[in-house]
Amino acid sequence: MITLLTSICATAIVYAVSILYAAIGEIFSQRAGIMNLGIEGIMLMGAVSGFLTVYYTNNLVLAFAASILVGVVLGFVFAFLTVTLHADQIVCGMAFLILCSGLSGFIGKRVTGIASAVKFEKIDIPVLSRIPVIGDIFFKQDFLVYLMYIIIPLSIFYIYKTRAGLILRALGENPASLDTAGINVFALRYAYVMFACAMTAISGACISLSYTNFWNEGMTGGKGWIAFSLVAFSRWNPWYALHGALLFGGISIIGMNLQIYLPGVPSQFYGMLPYAATVFALIITTGSFRKKHTEEPAALCQIYDREDR
Amino acid sequence: MEKTAILEMKGITKKFENVMANDHIDLQLFPGEIHALLGENGSGKSTLMNVLLGIYKPNHGEIFFNGEKVNMKTPKNAADLGIGMVHQHFALIQPLSVAENIFLSIEKGSFILNQQKIEKQISEYSQKFALDVDPKAKIWQLSVGEQQRVEIMKLLCRDSRILVLDEPSAVLTPQEANEMFKTLRRMADEGKSVIVISHKMNEVMEHADRITVLKNGRIADEMLAAEASIERLTRAVVGERDIAQVIHKPQHQDKDLLVEATQLRVFNDKGLVALHDISFQLFEGEIFGIAGVAGSGQRELAEALAGVRKISSGSVAMKGVPITNKNIEERISMGISFIPEDRLKMGLIPGMNMMKNAILKEFKARDYSKYGILRNKSIRALTQSYVQRHDIKHGGLDLPVGLMSGGNQQKLLIAREINGKPLLIIAAYPVRGLDIGATVSIHQTLLEQRDRGACVLLISEELDEIFEMCDRVAVLCDGKLMGIRNTDETDYGEIGRMMSGESA
Amino acid sequence: MKIGTLRFEKKQTVSLYKKILNPIVFIILGMAFSCVFIAAAGFQPIAVFAKMISYSFLSAKGFSSSVNAALPLMFCGLSVAIAFKMNLNNIGAEGQYAIGAILGGGFALYGPDLPAPFSWIAVFLLCALGGGLWALIAAALKAYWKINETIVTLMLNYIALLLLDYLCYGPWMAPKQTTAMTSTIPKSLYLPMINGISSGVFLAILIAVLLYLFLRYTTVGYRIDVIKNSVRSAEYAGIPVKKFILIVFVLSGALAGLAGFVEVTGILHRVQSQLPRGSGYTGIVIAYLSQFNPLAVIIVAILFGGLQNGSAIVQIMGVPSQIATMIQGTIMVFVIVGEFFNHYRISVDREEKKGGART
Repeated sequence: MITLLTSICATAIVYAVSILYAAIGEIFSQRAGIMNLGIEGIMLMGAVSGFLTVYYTNNLVLAFAASILVGVVLGFVFAFLTVTLHADQIVCGMAFLILCSGLSGFIGKRVTGIASAVKFEKIDIPVLSRIPVIGDIFFKQDFLVYLMYIIIPLSIFYIYKTRAGLILRALGENPASLDTAGINVFALRYAYVMFACAMTAISGACISLSYTNFWNEGMTGGKGWIAFSLVAFSRWNPWYALHGALLFGGISIIGMNLQIYLPGVPSQFYGMLPYAATVFALIITTGSFRKKHTEEPAALCQIYDREDR
Repeated sequence: MEKTAILEMKGITKKFENVMANDHIDLQLFPGEIHALLGENGSGKSTLMNVLLGIYKPNHGEIFFNGEKVNMKTPKNAADLGIGMVHQHFALIQPLSVAENIFLSIEKGSFILNQQKIEKQISEYSQKFALDVDPKAKIWQLSVGEQQRVEIMKLLCRDSRILVLDEPSAVLTPQEANEMFKTLRRMADEGKSVIVISHKMNEVMEHADRITVLKNGRIADEMLAAEASIERLTRAVVGERDIAQVIHKPQHQDKDLLVEATQLRVFNDKGLVALHDISFQLFEGEIFGIAGVAGSGQRELAEALAGVRKISSGSVAMKGVPITNKNIEERISMGISFIPEDRLKMGLIPGMNMMKNAILKEFKARDYSKYGILRNKSIRALTQSYVQRHDIKHGGLDLPVGLMSGGNQQKLLIAREINGKPLLIIAAYPVRGLDIGATVSIHQTLLEQRDRGACVLLISEELDEIFEMCDRVAVLCDGKLMGIRNTDETDYGEIGRMMSGESA
Repeated sequence: MKIGTLRFEKKQTVSLYKKILNPIVFIILGMAFSCVFIAAAGFQPIAVFAKMISYSFLSAKGFSSSVNAALPLMFCGLSVAIAFKMNLNNIGAEGQYAIGAILGGGFALYGPDLPAPFSWIAVFLLCALGGGLWALIAAALKAYWKINETIVTLMLNYIALLLLDYLCYGPWMAPKQTTAMTSTIPKSLYLPMINGISSGVFLAILIAVLLYLFLRYTTVGYRIDVIKNSVRSAEYAGIPVKKFILIVFVLSGALAGLAGFVEVTGILHRVQSQLPRGSGYTGIVIAYLSQFNPLAVIIVAILFGGLQNGSAIVQIMGVPSQIATMIQGTIMVFVIVGEFFNHYRISVDREEKKGGART
């Protein structure tokens, strides 16, 4: 029983990490005021570019870098459309979703279904991995998971404890106030969007370079949407995103396993839970009936045009 | 007392298109003084301060700081010199705490937020200047008065030496305003200099050391606060005027009661009481003026009567029918029309064309729609009739209203509002910012409406306009009704006194 | 704003001519650019495009399948167009489509038998009702509690799709089937085909025309326009904004539900998992490209239907199946860029002396 639970937890972590990269990236982006609906597509692009690189070079470092690079480039284009050209963010997100989904399938055509020789292997952390139970769950994971162990506290610290983090929070609430103080709102938004897309691309790489070691069209299977819902569910807070990701991961894995024990409950029900949970979370955290201030960044999705001031 | 001025502005001139916002203004500021800049809207106070802060570049003039000439190219120059401003609209980030907001505004601060260091500094200044601020509170939890204190604290934590406050008491209760001035006095005692922009004569006489009055971009008067009096200030702010040129004057003696307002209590957007249980009556066939300094509750009164704002307690009845709880649609059909203060935010839609704006209130009327289908021909004809009757200049009926000049926009708005032969026309600052031609035309229209038998509630900040146009005038001060007079039985002095808080 | 020496100023008005010409020009530019992708796959772009166009639009058989493929897209496009016309971000067409199909399809499969016209009307109404009710959830949350409808409709999409999945793999799964689909609906409920084109297209065109006239010429359309431009002015004029949010959103959902109607009764004749296949999202693209004009939606939808169709044909030549989505995506990006030029005037900045009233 313990081993079953342990393996469920360990797998939940893997699942959680694969959506956390994108979710945390998007948290940064939305806190800066930009909503990117194309996450699913960018994830696919990250997955396919990482896979292609590793397939041809057998070099994981290069593959990881390629994923990030693709994310940064896509992020730049998205930022250009939304920040400089003042285009509607929802429409741009849709465009990216469709384009990237198609493009990823297109460039991945030749390597579909073929396994790569290399993937991110599990590394046992010395000493820590010997701890019973905890060690098996947390310290027998691969590089991408360990990287996330660092990213989470770093992002929490960044957002809540540094000047740059305060500026980020102000950016999504009231960009005009920053602009009048002479801070370059546009450059900041570009930076955060590119960061978000890079992180999203890494999420994709998690799937094609770690979770599995092959590529299939559309292999993210909706994880991008789960990551998106995680952003709102977590109230734009990386700490809660971590919990949410583990929760969603746990639910989906338990769901798969519980099929055997609880045949009455259809598997799709477990699939619905993250989405329903997000709607409820939104109601609780942003509904106008609340006495407290809404947690949603006030300037989210709004076009900031200096001339409108 | 020999003191060298810390700040000298010489010959500041700033022109916007054809408007001379500042006309060769000289201003001196000494350390340790509270200097009041008094004047009505449009007198040039804000422009002058924006020049000081490096937001505007003047066409002519020089600024000297501690005797040395300085070039205010950008707001950063002003900030570096230690000049800071608290604007009317606060630049605070709502979900962040006070400490976080202040930390954010300190440019030379560290990268990592040191909560304790900031809190220590805040409590230090809190004590020193009697500025009560809770570093841990989130901005959205604070009242407006408290938020303003945060803004002041921001400036203190940046070691500002000259602090400019723009209409600081506009959002405060009288007690809060007193507290704030106490704080300012402490700051002045520490050697800082404070410039307070205001239009409240009483407060300025009580709390400032020196007063400079601006009118129409020029210095109208300058004095020590000790030498000031309401008369002297009123004369400077409003100008020497005999109640000459009276365009109207046939007084209809037997007028029917139109509106009866009893004990109206209305709240403003910030949750403060805007109207304190006021009562008044409006009669048919009169122009009833509402005078008062900005922020005395006029806007809330207009909106409450129009139905845009809720009446918390009290009642209003029109021709005997209670309308307190009636919604806007019902009030429109009862004959209430509203010319709002901010015509482009409410009242006209700049992105839509003239015809679509013209029928905003009447699209359901049989003339303009049948079974829900708009009758474009008659709508066009209606708009044309507006254009002709009111001499509205435009680039085309199909072009967006946003392209029209202010005067013509207002004429269109008014044409629409009077079309249904309303019984009550609420006009809030109808000619503010308009040129002479449009002003005369609009005044003429309002007078015609009065002669037709309607009641015009005219809110204005120009005493000239009040005396020229109105039959009776009520004065609001801080949400209280100070008194109601017939215009031919009073004068500028009395109204001015009531505006500044002396009860009748 | 300035980028380098180029100064951009917001335009106040755009002539109708430019409004229509701009997206057309950029659609063509987008298609031209996607030739790069085709060439990268090792094919002759002109040949590929020629084949797609000649099949999808110039051959009788191809054109009819293009129109059929476009049918659900038309309804999704109309759905999104009407929502966006009032600044309501209804991303939920996908889910509303699914729920509409569930309700209407469910009735067709398991409901009581009704005589001819009533059975169709019943299915029609149920599809509309399904989509409308599903949209109502997000609409009410927005109208009363100001909750972000973008996220809510998105979440509801996946809940709806999972529900559809469950039904098609589970209780409704056709006997002896291995894929997630139901048995076919009774033949009596098949929407007739005319020359290979589903008669549902007439329904679509009719609704599009009605919508266009409705938005342009009625007082309701007028009020929607006012609300979109300025909620404050709408309130000032006594327009009940909350009511309108509910009505327009539900109408939008109903239209998406009708996509389910035409798909289930007219084309597929059954209900299956993943029925919408992204039409809800493509509908957003179509609505945007049509500038939210219902008549244009029909035309753009046919273009996209033709693209989808054409890409199936050129797959035989070996061109990758993703070509359709890539072309769609590229066109979309180009049109977005093009829209910018419609809103901003470009001029080269000569060094100005700072003296102007710049805040």
